[in-house]
Amino acid sequence: MSAPPAAPLVRIRPESAGFVARLSELLEQRELLLFLAWRDVQVRYRQTALGVAWAVLQPLLSMLAFSVFFGGLARIPSDGLPYPLFAYCGLLPWQLFAFALTSSAASLTANERLVTKVYFPRLVLPLASVLAGLVDCAIAFVLLLPIMAFYGVRPGPALLALPLLLLLALVSAVAVGLGLGALNVRYRDVRHALPFLTQLWLFVTPIAYPASLVPERWRPLLGLNPMAGVVEGFRWALLGLPQPPGALLAVSAVVAVLGLLLALLYFLRVERGFADVI
Amino acid sequence: MPAAVRAFDVAKRYPLGAAVTYRTLREALRDAVTWPARRLRGERAPGPTSIWALDGVSFEIQTGEVVGIIGRNGAGKSTLLKILSRITAPTRGGIDLHGRVGALLEVGTGFHPELTGRENVFLAGAVLGMKRTEIRARFDEIVAFSEMERFLDTQVKHYSSGMFMRLAFAVAAHLEPEILLVDEVLAVGDASFQRKCLAKMEDVGQAGRTVLFVSHNMPAVTRLCPRTILLDGGRVLKDGPSHEVVSAYLSSGLGTMAAREWPDPARAPGNEIARLLAVRVRDHQAQVSAAHDIRRPVTIEIEYLVRAAGHRLVPNLHVFTGEGSHAFVTSDAADFGHRRVPEPGRWRAAVTIPGNFLSEGTYVIGAALSTMDPVAVHFWERDAVAFQVIDSAEGDTARGDYGGPMPGVVRPLLPWSNERLG
Repeated sequence: MSAPPAAPLVRIRPESAGFVARLSELLEQRELLLFLAWRDVQVRYRQTALGVAWAVLQPLLSMLAFSVFFGGLARIPSDGLPYPLFAYCGLLPWQLFAFALTSSAASLTANERLVTKVYFPRLVLPLASVLAGLVDCAIAFVLLLPIMAFYGVRPGPALLALPLLLLLALVSAVAVGLGLGALNVRYRDVRHALPFLTQLWLFVTPIAYPASLVPERWRPLLGLNPMAGVVEGFRWALLGLPQPPGALLAVSAVVAVLGLLLALLYFLRVERGFADVI
Repeated sequence: MPAAVRAFDVAKRYPLGAAVTYRTLREALRDAVTWPARRLRGERAPGPTSIWALDGVSFEIQTGEVVGIIGRNGAGKSTLLKILSRITAPTRGGIDLHGRVGALLEVGTGFHPELTGRENVFLAGAVLGMKRTEIRARFDEIVAFSEMERFLDTQVKHYSSGMFMRLAFAVAAHLEPEILLVDEVLAVGDASFQRKCLAKMEDVGQAGRTVLFVSHNMPAVTRLCPRTILLDGGRVLKDGPSHEVVSAYLSSGLGTMAAREWPDPARAPGNEIARLLAVRVRDHQAQVSAAHDIRRPVTIEIEYLVRAAGHRLVPNLHVFTGEGSHAFVTSDAADFGHRRVPEPGRWRAAVTIPGNFLSEGTYVIGAALSTMDPVAVHFWERDAVAFQVIDSAEGDTARGDYGGPMPGVVRPLLPWSNERLG
């Protein structure tokens, strides 16, 4: 065995290391992050009859239901777009958000054995479950293309903004997921509140209806829900709407980033006690 | 060279009771809302009744040292390992570590039942802190060590518990941190698996790495670790050469080493045919005791539950010395002719080792129940109980008047003759 390189010094103290030190530790552990995300993807559809088709079926069936009841019977407007396309385009980022939120909020308690038996930056767990959600999103995205072709809708140059919008959806999901995940370690109330919360959140997000239903001057308020900005942004970027949802999107972005910061600070503050209370 | 591990005044307080850990959100909110008012009334922060799992533990371990950590349940051993491995934070004090730390607190950490053996090797390796390139480089070695080549592409949920242990330990055993923390992982698996694990631990120690080994396995501790730290009530009670610390521990009555009971048969060692319920060491007055006069007989009893009729069951006991060598095995030889097949129910078998037979020192008893022809082992508890044999040197033992060290596993008082021939 070769001589070990200059042995690093680890100081274990009652107070935790600084914010920056811990984020850089997370960066060092990116391999573990990817492994855990890979595990979640591998495991999700094992022993299911339909397998990965679920990733497409969920938004597709939601789209059908929305189109029949909201678009068809309730005649909810859709900014002049074919309603199914309008709904699917909103459901895409929503499914990503809802999945990432639910799985990251549960990630710490679901991996209790890891938390109590191994050391690693705990941030890895909720982040890995968000990453795993991206795979489903990518699969569901593939179905969007034939739907768009069917309706003869083609995206404009705004398509270039899509990665940023995707990032915004992820930032929003991570913010809520980190906060709720950390809370869930101590208060299992979160587990009960979560399905209800996501359902409520779905209604306040302009997925089945367009943001334009809200009077123009109140519309930026809708952006306080970061997913409103994401969904409207997705439609603008993908479906070639003329007007970008400017103010709405800006408010959403600010809220999401602030939310992420707050959630991160809370998470890092309570992280060290996870093994004691989980 | 700096110490690999330097712990100073390490303390850890745990709140007591479920109320604190599973406080509901409602209570927390109520507390948060009423807190400023209570603060004004001069109330101090709510101090839940708590226990100090560790209370002022200090020690230094040099690079390359292999150190055992012993103590009865609740002495703070596992808490210390959890702080050392950074799973939990100390309440007071601190530890400086020089070197990468690898912790084996459980066999199978990171394994996922839905994944195959091959996938799990990578996953568990990553969880334990190995880089992907490291795992790939050692993959063949890990697989060979586990002897699981044929099942690599089978989902782990289809493994038997023995197969699972084998593969999980193989991954863990190929960690190469500079400081290795091991907690009791060797207490699992069958005898041949345990031997393999101990051999691996020995290799690790000889490779010049620093090892902290928490165990109840006294022979293993004395054999593998030159130095041992004895914890009791969250404090360091004794720290020194292993044979001294271990025998102090065994003779102090600190460890309930003379009797072990498994009150819940569902979790006791054994199988669907029989399970181990208790093993006890009794003195000549039938008292459970861990310290025995060399002149007096020692009785070892083994209580077991027979769950299925129709099996010929032979209780047997393995006597190990404190250094870990197998002194002898004993079973009810007189029964061999009878081929007794016990009815289901609770049974007790006992054997008496005569006085003036064992040497001075520590003995560790392994208890087993087997069926012969074909051979099957229903339970095998390697370190079931332990006791000390003490020679008070009053002149009527095999020592005679001699007070110095006297080697040997046995010390029988034999009839000598000595006559003048011319």
